[in-house]
Amino acid sequence: MGTLFRRISIMVPYIWLLLLFLLPFLIVLRISVSVLEYGSPPYIPQFDLAAGWDSFIDSLGMLNLENYVFITTDALYRNAYLSSLTIASISTLLTLMIGFPLAYGMARASDGIRPILLMLVILPFWTSFLIRVYAWIGILKPEGLLNQLLLTLGLIDTPLTILNTNTAVYIGIVYSYLPFMVLPIYATLEKLDYSLIEAAQDLGCTALGAFWKITLRLAVPGIAAGCLLVFIPAVGEFVIPDLLGGSETLMIGKVLWTEFFNNGDWTVSSALAMILLFLLVVPIVLFQNAQAKATERQG
Amino acid sequence: MKSLGNVRRSFAPWAEPDSVAYIRFENVTKKFGDFVAVQNLSLDVYEREFFSLLGPSGCGKTTLLRMLAGFEEPTNGQIYLDGQPLKGVPPHKRPVNMMFQSYALFPHMSVEQNIAFGLKQEGMEKHAIGERVLQMLKLVKLEQFAKRKPHQLSGGQRQRVALARSVAKRPKLLLLDEPLGALDKKLREETQFELMDLQEELGLTFMIVTHDQEEAMTMSDRIAVMESGSIEQVGTPAEIYEAPSSRYVADFVGSVNLFEGTVETVDNETIQLNAVDGFKLEALCERPAVELPEKGITAWYSIRPEKISVSRTKPATSTNAIDGEVWDIAYLGDMTIFNVRLDSGKVIKASVLNATRIVEDPIGYDERVWLSFPANGGILLDR
Repeated sequence: MGTLFRRISIMVPYIWLLLLFLLPFLIVLRISVSVLEYGSPPYIPQFDLAAGWDSFIDSLGMLNLENYVFITTDALYRNAYLSSLTIASISTLLTLMIGFPLAYGMARASDGIRPILLMLVILPFWTSFLIRVYAWIGILKPEGLLNQLLLTLGLIDTPLTILNTNTAVYIGIVYSYLPFMVLPIYATLEKLDYSLIEAAQDLGCTALGAFWKITLRLAVPGIAAGCLLVFIPAVGEFVIPDLLGGSETLMIGKVLWTEFFNNGDWTVSSALAMILLFLLVVPIVLFQNAQAKATERQG
Repeated sequence: MKSLGNVRRSFAPWAEPDSVAYIRFENVTKKFGDFVAVQNLSLDVYEREFFSLLGPSGCGKTTLLRMLAGFEEPTNGQIYLDGQPLKGVPPHKRPVNMMFQSYALFPHMSVEQNIAFGLKQEGMEKHAIGERVLQMLKLVKLEQFAKRKPHQLSGGQRQRVALARSVAKRPKLLLLDEPLGALDKKLREETQFELMDLQEELGLTFMIVTHDQEEAMTMSDRIAVMESGSIEQVGTPAEIYEAPSSRYVADFVGSVNLFEGTVETVDNETIQLNAVDGFKLEALCERPAVELPEKGITAWYSIRPEKISVSRTKPATSTNAIDGEVWDIAYLGDMTIFNVRLDSGKVIKASVLNATRIVEDPIGYDERVWLSFPANGGILLDR
């Protein structure tokens, strides 16, 4: 009974992954190699499992990679990927620059106020993500709160155009993903033994040197985790560029959405999603390796 | 020649009038908010001295060490190192290194890199660093472990890496915060002697914080016994043990029996005391610095267990002798401790060296015995 129970409990995560990750993945993969057709569903399915094993083998021989070829020929997609990666990279960097000092301050705060600070970081999650992004429209639009404030203070004469630009997208991403950067960094900094920094100073390091050689170095796993947690969803981000970005904002998430809902092209959008997935698998695997090494190092 | 206890080495610059203090605390006070960690403390420590700060947790001993290292600044007063005031000098500019209680080894660096860390900061030449690191590794017998990371070492090995790292820069003053606290008893005893040898070999001044009185007694040239931010007594281990200045010190270092009494007569240097336990005590006032007590004041005669003899027969004199009932016997191997209950209800500890393997007619439980001691066996304390 014991072994049976153990087997079942081990299987639970696998079943979970199978049903909620592998199966949808295979469905999308299948659509991505199918042929576009106007109908419902809007594609000719490949790998018709109902037709039996032989036809499955047959269809392997005539795999339709046209959708992938099409994506590589159209500069729009390439630009969208590149632009997404650029926007995600810059946003990640900005989030890190804001998130690290924030996490550092939290970790060094007194025990009494630390839970309150932690609460404040988590608090935005209690409001819907969509509503929070909408709220930024109210802040950033030409007659919005920010412009009103700056005009009242006399810092500007004419309202700034922030909404519907890439700047607004950066603001939106940094704002939305900041907790994902702060929390893992905070977790590593909070564990950091302060006597290590004192020891470094005692051995001749300046305060800045000790920060660089010890604090920052030991926070690397947290920084890496935070960066990936921001970078990965930011690449495929759709809501923020759609609501805050303008015509110049080109991001793959938005392109994919347009392809799927406006053009009804399921096959190309599935292929786009597949390529995005493989683009993101690389950093994830790298990160996992680094994490495993770090765990091994720390024992 | 008479001496107070046995002396480890002939080193006593504090007794010479013209010697100059290497470390000087001058009326140092340190407050954390309302809490006074160190209260108007003055102390001189000499070059090449092995000095211990001994006291219970929260007595301010670690704060003293941290002020020397530069992690804390005194609220009031001044600290001098080799004649130079330390005020405002940041930790990295002080010629002082510290060995931390937690060892504070850098987890992302190997043993080698840990030891080399301070030397690199100094801008030492790469070749010279390698040589010094090797020398340090040899000193602490960890040559085979150079490439290991701290988490791959045992507690004792980590302690030695921490030690090697803190002496690698050849600081003139080494601060050690509970350096042996995390080691087991046997390893601790071994390491104590290693530390003493190292100190002599490198000619360093050691200042060590500990709450373990045995550790302090074993290693130190002098000990400062601290209580709530002040120094109760500074002296050699023998002075602290044999001539404590107060009941607090007597009680903190080793075990002690205290007889409270009223001073009856003071004759030359012999003092007669009427103990509350119903017997007469005779004590000698042998310290020239201490004034003879006045008649009629309350004083305490403090005597160590090993200076009390236990016998079935009544001693010849009635002073410094009292009878009681054996309450408890603890056999420790090297000695036996008798807990004897006096008629007043007080329990007195007396220890007897087990000089022979076989004891003829041993004293047992519930027997009535006589406790006696010579006048100079204990010391009279007025506080």
